[in-house]
Amino acid sequence: MSDVVVLGVGMHPWGKWGRNFVEYGVVAIQHALLDAGLEWRQVQFVSGAVTVRNGYPGYVAGATFAEALGWTGARVASSYAACASGATALEVARAEILAGRCDVALVVGADTTPKGFLAPTKGERPDDPDWLRFRLLGATNPTYFALYARRRMALYGDSERAFAQVRAKNARHGVANPNARYQREFSVEEILASPMVADPLRLLEICATSDGAAAVVLASAEFARARDGRPIRVRAVSTVTPCFPQTVIEMPNFATDSATGAVAGAVTPFKDAIAAAAYEEAGIGPEDLSLAEVYDLSSAMELDWYEHIGLCKPGEASRLLLDGDTALGGRIPVNPSGGLACFGEAVPAQALAQVCEVVWQLRGVATGRQVEGAQVGLTANQGLFGHGSSVILSR
Amino acid sequence: MTKTLTPAVDGWFTVDEQPALIGNRCISCGTVFFPRVSILCRNPDCNGAEFSDQRLSRRGTVWSYTDAQYEPPPPYVPRGEHRPFAIAAVELAAEGLVVLGQVADGFGVSDLSVGMVVELVVEELFSDEDTTYLIWRWRPVTAP
Repeated sequence: MSDVVVLGVGMHPWGKWGRNFVEYGVVAIQHALLDAGLEWRQVQFVSGAVTVRNGYPGYVAGATFAEALGWTGARVASSYAACASGATALEVARAEILAGRCDVALVVGADTTPKGFLAPTKGERPDDPDWLRFRLLGATNPTYFALYARRRMALYGDSERAFAQVRAKNARHGVANPNARYQREFSVEEILASPMVADPLRLLEICATSDGAAAVVLASAEFARARDGRPIRVRAVSTVTPCFPQTVIEMPNFATDSATGAVAGAVTPFKDAIAAAAYEEAGIGPEDLSLAEVYDLSSAMELDWYEHIGLCKPGEASRLLLDGDTALGGRIPVNPSGGLACFGEAVPAQALAQVCEVVWQLRGVATGRQVEGAQVGLTANQGLFGHGSSVILSR
Repeated sequence: MTKTLTPAVDGWFTVDEQPALIGNRCISCGTVFFPRVSILCRNPDCNGAEFSDQRLSRRGTVWSYTDAQYEPPPPYVPRGEHRPFAIAAVELAAEGLVVLGQVADGFGVSDLSVGMVVELVVEELFSDEDTTYLIWRWRPVTAP
């Protein structure tokens, strides 16, 4: 398969201002185009990651941004895959290039989020499991994160202190990241002293909801060859879905599938399958990674990801953390950007923000948080309702 | 005045002496589902579209648990001032399912542990002027 490369990346910093999401997205796009050395008119395809909290313009994100920059006749697409929307939008753009339908595609995601728990859209919708879980269980997103965290403690003996250490590590990483919303250190004691939200997870261990935007300019390798500079290669994009039966409880569901049903043979757990598909496409394994950006919706969930992306065996993640392997300067730094801990989540932008960080790391320009000599990076994330997201990039 | 008692959701559980969750079983492949499936069996190798209702095991073991220290946003309906309530994911061995539920009134996370046996009960979820809405909950089984 011929290569698709990243020519440019850009972000609007993460924060909480409540302004129009289009404004954030346009800033990210302008940064990405400048970074790529391209003009808006050279973009042939616009792939938008959808936001569901900003009315109609959010549902047609691709068109919204094409119009905001000035209609040029470029084709557009808009993708929604919850937290994985950015990766799905990236996959759509990549497929257009691989199909030979365009040479330059722009991918963008931007969001404005309300304060507090992410809640379902309003109205009485008793057929929508995302609505019902709030009504019947009072189950918020942190409920599910906390179930996984408590399970780790029972199964592997992980401690609340180890979870807080994940957060403290990411806080250190994010201090030097100009796009991060929280650029300050937190001590383990401060984290453990923050209010309990969903036992055993505390306020400082659960990701906030943020405003922000990220954009990526993709191009065919052929187009890139005619230009100066050294583009970053897109080695794999995994947007796999689960295999039945799904035997781990997943947001927003009330129950798992039956583990004793009719389907013969064990299936790969979903979160393992997300990265496995990316490794398979790239033809590499976890031992080849220089760094990873994973979805730390909670402190404990970062540890889950170490295992799902194959950095260690199940149960060994907290050891990896406590040995310093996943901190900057360690064997395999995880979330050198500071992760969701320092950004908070801007849903349609977040998977693209992960890609931006890996690109900066591979270029060697991640000032103050650089993984020395980074060659290969992986992103991993999951969107509710069964959306996988993992991207592998290399120099 | 006595309030009317009614399930907060139709057909997901019984409210008899021995309350139980109601799932269903695909007549073609035998797979059990909760909540019930109604359109097509979700086993990808099965085209079954007929199902029989099945009462699920009333007892299971705690897979994991947590609580809600902050009041959840709507459509959650608060019962007065917020008091933390626990939520458990419970493994039903016979069906191979893990099912979420709030934990019975009066029990918190300090009363729970992974692997402990719990039993299904039906309690008030919330109420309005003339109706009490009921929900299933998991209650620790103290005596075997």
